[in-house]
Amino acid sequence: MPEPALLTLEGVHTHIGRYHILHGVDLVVPKGRLTVLLGRNGAGKTTTLRSIMGLWRASAGRITFGGADITAMATPDIARRGIAYVPETMGIFTQLTVRENMLLATTSGRFDEARLDGVFALFPVLKQKWHDAAGGLSGGQKQMLAISRAIVEERRLLVVDEPTKGLAPAVIEHLIEGFRQLKQTRTTILLVEQNFHMARSLGDNVAVMDDGRVVHTGTMAALAADEALQSRLLGLSLASHQ
Amino acid sequence: MTGAKARPDWAPYLVLPVVAVLALPAMAFPTWLTLTVAGAAMGMMLFLMASGLTLIFGLMDVLNFAHGAFITLGAYVAVSVLGRLAGLGAADSVMLNLIALAAAVLVAACVSGAVGWAFERVIIRRVYGSHLQQILITVGGLIVAQQLVIVLWGPQPLQIPKPAALRGSFIAGGAAIEAYRMVAVALGLLIFLAMHLVLNRTRIGLLVRAGVENREMVEALGYRIRRLFVGVFVAGTALAGIGGVMWGVYQEIVTPAIGDEMTILIFIVIIIGGLGSVTGCFASAILVGLTANYVGYLSPKLALGCNIALMVAVLLWRPRGLFPVAKQ
Ligand SMILES: Nc1ncnc2c1ncn2[C@@H]1O[C@H](COP(=O)(O)OP(=O)(O)O)[C@@H](O)[C@H]1O
Ligand SMILES: [Mg+2]
Repeated sequence: MPEPALLTLEGVHTHIGRYHILHGVDLVVPKGRLTVLLGRNGAGKTTTLRSIMGLWRASAGRITFGGADITAMATPDIARRGIAYVPETMGIFTQLTVRENMLLATTSGRFDEARLDGVFALFPVLKQKWHDAAGGLSGGQKQMLAISRAIVEERRLLVVDEPTKGLAPAVIEHLIEGFRQLKQTRTTILLVEQNFHMARSLGDNVAVMDDGRVVHTGTMAALAADEALQSRLLGLSLASHQ
Repeated sequence: MTGAKARPDWAPYLVLPVVAVLALPAMAFPTWLTLTVAGAAMGMMLFLMASGLTLIFGLMDVLNFAHGAFITLGAYVAVSVLGRLAGLGAADSVMLNLIALAAAVLVAACVSGAVGWAFERVIIRRVYGSHLQQILITVGGLIVAQQLVIVLWGPQPLQIPKPAALRGSFIAGGAAIEAYRMVAVALGLLIFLAMHLVLNRTRIGLLVRAGVENREMVEALGYRIRRLFVGVFVAGTALAGIGGVMWGVYQEIVTPAIGDEMTILIFIVIIIGGLGSVTGCFASAILVGLTANYVGYLSPKLALGCNIALMVAVLLWRPRGLFPVAKQ
């Protein structure tokens, strides 16, 4: 039985200034699953995530989350409905401490200690650097902080944009392990990922974008098994990441 | 990506002592002491006038050229309040004098803050995101405000009665130090400490610091940053009003141009300090105050250009100011 959809995009168009970037994106993110969004550079993955968050305004189409139409909502209101967003740029506040970065992600201004311990178990380095300025973290540590900020409280959906970009292989393995543990909690995740190794080892479902549209959707298992489909959809752009 | 911030950066903290020590051999000690206190007092008043502006720009990228109007407003409110409390101000009691001054400060903060709130609602929020529109409309607002002040208080310069006991000086280290300057220094320090506490120890402060660095991410975490900005705008204009009181009383005379005359200097202060940084604004305001006083004494002809020269020198050394704020 398929899981019910938590997030749905129907025919979403987005313009950035004069440029027409998304040309009718259709996407379904089922509850409790990890959906990977693939596609070459410039396909429109980041723009899709930013449209979901209301950081770009969709000029046509509909975005629904948990049954509610969020297309025209302001970003803070979308976030408060239970979406945590980890942008491509990570959005770390470098002049704040690690603790302060995490604190901002709590709704009450207080930590749930048990949950925090869970985060530390996933990324112990954050505990060591708890009172350090986040600007002093390495790239991988910043990414861990960005992800921790998204899970310090329970959210209904995590939206994560290319977390492995520019990271060393060992750090990527660590992140994969982190996501694997998150999946065990049945958190719904929409993950943009160019690293096919990571995408394949984590994804339940997959959507592939090209030129501002979703050109393929299906299960990750089916895509992983079908090399002809892979090379047709993903071509050289993924070969270079393997 | 890393490294740059790993080591605390002490250089900007050393600028003030270095400038003060460099000036010392050029003059007699009592003169130096008088000028240093005068410079610090001027710096504190500049800080009051400028601190709101740096946060307003840092948080929302809003260039408010009408900020000077709130300084003018504060100074005129001081004329009215101190005029009404002439009995307290003329009394030969430091306590009663301070009460009169405190009343002027409080009323000015409330009036400027209230007008600031209306100004944000009616004008500023229509021009988010466009610097050109901001410049045009806030310069327009400045002109309108100046005319309103003339309608309400008249075009002629007005005397402002400096409370009696605060006119007096006391002798320290062989130098005569005016009591009012010490009051200005104390008030400036107090407000700087209060801002520091709010910014570093409260959730609102945390949000402001985060918002200065990355507004979008603060929104993506679920906070309505525009509400935060209204609060910062009101606080910033209230501070400008307080600065206007202190500056007007210091000058003992108030004209409708008192705020405009400070505007350029205030922009210099926030640029030297690093746009968006309260600590930077504080250090830079005192730096500007000290330099103006030392140079004014040593070579009055250079006094006019020394602020610009100071800004150029600092920017050549640190292109984004003494305390640069990371922006995303
Ligand atoms: N701020 C912007 N202004 C103009 N064009 C943009 C902007 N951001 C992205 N684009 C364009 O939109 C297209 C999709 O970009 P993006 O969503 O970032 O792709 P992806 O994340 O899949 O690499 C690209 O052609 C890019 O050049
Ligand atoms: Mg992208």
